[in-house]
Amino acid sequence: MSATAHHDMTHGGRRGAVAFAVLGVLLVVLLAVDLLTGDSDLSPRAVIAALSERDGGTGLASSIIAIRSTRAAVAVIVGAALAAGGLQMQTVFRNPLADPYLLGISSGASLGAALMMLGLPLLGARLPSTALSLGIAGAAWIGAAVVLLAVGAVSRWVRDILGVLIIGVMFGYVASAVIQVLQYLSSAESLKQFSLWSMGAIGNVTAPKAAVMAAVVIAGLLLSVICIKPLNLLLLGEDYARSMGLDVRRSRLLIFTSVTLLAGTVTAFCGPVGFIGLAVPHVARMIFANADHRVLLPGSILVGMDMMLVCDILAKNLVLPLNSITALMGIPVIIWVVFKNLRIV
Amino acid sequence: MIELDDITIGHGRDILLRGVSCRIEAGKATALLGRNGAGKSTLLRVMSGMAKPIAGRVSVDGRDISAMRPRELARAVSLVTTERVRTPNLCCRDVVAFGRAPYTNWVGRMSDDDYAIVEQSLALVGMSAYARRTMDTMSDGECQRIMIARALAQDTRVIMLDEPTSFLDLPNRYELVSLLASTAHERGKAVLFSTHELDIALSLCDTVMLIDNPSLLCLPTREMLAEPRLARVFDTRGFDMGAYLRAFAERRRRW
Repeated sequence: MSATAHHDMTHGGRRGAVAFAVLGVLLVVLLAVDLLTGDSDLSPRAVIAALSERDGGTGLASSIIAIRSTRAAVAVIVGAALAAGGLQMQTVFRNPLADPYLLGISSGASLGAALMMLGLPLLGARLPSTALSLGIAGAAWIGAAVVLLAVGAVSRWVRDILGVLIIGVMFGYVASAVIQVLQYLSSAESLKQFSLWSMGAIGNVTAPKAAVMAAVVIAGLLLSVICIKPLNLLLLGEDYARSMGLDVRRSRLLIFTSVTLLAGTVTAFCGPVGFIGLAVPHVARMIFANADHRVLLPGSILVGMDMMLVCDILAKNLVLPLNSITALMGIPVIIWVVFKNLRIV
Repeated sequence: MIELDDITIGHGRDILLRGVSCRIEAGKATALLGRNGAGKSTLLRVMSGMAKPIAGRVSVDGRDISAMRPRELARAVSLVTTERVRTPNLCCRDVVAFGRAPYTNWVGRMSDDDYAIVEQSLALVGMSAYARRTMDTMSDGECQRIMIARALAQDTRVIMLDEPTSFLDLPNRYELVSLLASTAHERGKAVLFSTHELDIALSLCDTVMLIDNPSLLCLPTREMLAEPRLARVFDTRGFDMGAYLRAFAERRRRW
């Protein structure tokens, strides 16, 4: 009997191993393409030449490479964070259309950013640009965390996960309303700055900021790894999970904290990057044909990294806002999910 | 085994059961009967620790379940709810393996013993051949059996099921309740399930619990058949429930 179990595992394991290998190779290839291409007219050959120079650290080529590698690293961080966040939210809410921003994390972050970009000028305050950019990231992060704390506090008293969802969405609307007021009162210049931020961009993140991002996102990913077993049990719904010994409220809080660390950080530094968190877990489910989070979580992270690199390569070579690319890549996946679900029901 | 001690349940001010006590023995299959809205599901939720009673206590083997940690409780009581799990890509064997969750480590690592228990549980409900099927490709009856195999893998002394026979056709209902009864008899478990199938409950179960709001009656099936309150609870205009139950008791005696 246990022989069949092990046979199954090797069967499932083989498909998984091949998929992991292919996605890993793809990651390396995409990283290389991302480093070799860009909007500056530096030929790939010059990049390779600069890379092979050991001591080169002063030339134009090497500084462009430094910028590009930071950008590629940020793309990888963003892809991993949003994919892991989206997967957790889809499982907790048992809803294929859930995404990392569902609990109002992006609205909270946007409110924080809007207060810095739109609110401060209204008060007549002028910050130097470095202080402002750090302030925007900080305020956005605080906005996301405040929304999470509020939702978390209320969700202790709400037994049903749908109630939590409604509260999160309502918090989001409140934040949007405040943002609209700020936008209505603001000057054209600050409005443009804010709308550029909300289109998402990963090119503005400097290396020190990327390091901060990486640290927080890694903490969020570690937390999501701790949540693998709770996530698996939650596949059967909260009642079943509870009956199998899961402390559901505690797990919910851990998962929401992980998602805030992941999505809140991305939004703080890069703006609300859309559709990746929603679409990537579905691509991973299709590739791995497995619902087990021990496979699906690392799988989604890898797919997220790959997909985000593709989006970045397209965005910078076509010189388009990141969110328009992620939408064009993500929406077909979402439509596919809707059709697939309609067929089942 | 499992004991209710002076339990009061209800929704807000609406009291369904007031100060009821009873005891369910190991090795017996018990059916929980009652009209729609009588509080069958609420009582099962309270008995399985999913919800708290308004007053009173539930204990398993003498231990108050409200004092148990979630993991401990999950080793004492397993539950099959009315919820239908249709997660795509989730294969039956994995669902049954989740039943081992109260025994596995933080990442859910399974030992060889755990795997053996999973296979055994699948075999007990006759679903070994379905182990690799995914939950979205099966019939209601098959899903129900997988959820029961999961409860068996949880290896608890008490198994509770909320209306396991709904959505099933007559042969499936009969087979399922026979399976529950033999699980109780052969494996020494206390099996408690709520149902609307009077005839199946009365012919296959050892004990019957009847909710006659706000009281609860718990009797061996033979005595329950002679109990006038059973006929009264299910009395319907135009259908002589008393005569039906007398005929049923007569037939049962001749078997």
